[in-house]
Amino acid sequence: MRRFYGVRLETPLMLGTAQYPSPAVLEAAFRGSKASVATVSLRREAGKGQAFWQIIRSLGVHVLPNTAGCHSAQEAVTTARMAREMFETNWIKLEVIGHADTLQPDPFGLLEATETLAADGFEVFPYTTEDQVLAGRLLAAGAQVLMPWGAPIGSGLGLNNRYGLKMLRAAFPDVPMVIDAGLGLPSHAADAMELGFDAVLLNTAVAQAGDPVAMARAFGLAVQAGALARGADPMEPREMAVPSTPVLGKAWL
Amino acid sequence: MKIEVNGAVRDVQGATVAGVLAELGWGEARVAIALNGAFVPKAARATMAVTEGDRLEVLAPMQGG
Repeated sequence: MRRFYGVRLETPLMLGTAQYPSPAVLEAAFRGSKASVATVSLRREAGKGQAFWQIIRSLGVHVLPNTAGCHSAQEAVTTARMAREMFETNWIKLEVIGHADTLQPDPFGLLEATETLAADGFEVFPYTTEDQVLAGRLLAAGAQVLMPWGAPIGSGLGLNNRYGLKMLRAAFPDVPMVIDAGLGLPSHAADAMELGFDAVLLNTAVAQAGDPVAMARAFGLAVQAGALARGADPMEPREMAVPSTPVLGKAWL
Repeated sequence: MKIEVNGAVRDVQGATVAGVLAELGWGEARVAIALNGAFVPKAARATMAVTEGDRLEVLAPMQGG
């Protein structure tokens, strides 16, 4: 696995902390999935923030704060600065949302915020599309990791543009990349790992499953399987059948 | 004086960000602060003045994806 700003993760799974039925289920899901990173956010203090922070600390995983819900570069930059102080990390999952229905990244605001934050010492994980031109600009702006979407946040559609993601992976072979958002099933996560991505980030698929802990475990196994398969150099698909049982020595009947 | 704290109007006495936070029971809490849309680092809380009509955002760690 490529390193994320010098950090080698123990497992290629990043898990969100939202929408679980209870804090106990959240904790069990993290244990079951063996996720190595937890994403968190900043919201107005309404009495539950301090207890939540204790839960996150007890998980013993890397913390990746997000700028979820920000619709402008300025809003995202301010949120990132607050997050850095709060969570004591330079990591920031940079979301600048451009559209309310698709929650699609705003490429222009994302680039602007990446430039500002990278210059300010942040280690930016930009939530982006599979667009190669934008990816190149984000890297030039100082991002050393990319987080292309699989599909719109919370949609569970999997890898919506598999071709585009494959091309992105091939275009920047040395850049650590995380498939972030839109995964619904462990097979989607395995697929992402088989395509050569370094990790996946998901939340809803686990938190909203009927049995979040079992689903967390399934995703943990899927990313392991996918990474193992990628390392094992998969065969090339072929159009025609090729017998696997030896033809030589078949009886004349 | 009246200021807005997390979107609600509050009547406070403190003259600085640190003073207002202590007054509202957040003196020791793990929170991050913005005043009128700009981040106020922890080290600046004691000197940053709060005036009538200011908007104070007091943010805490929260669930996120």
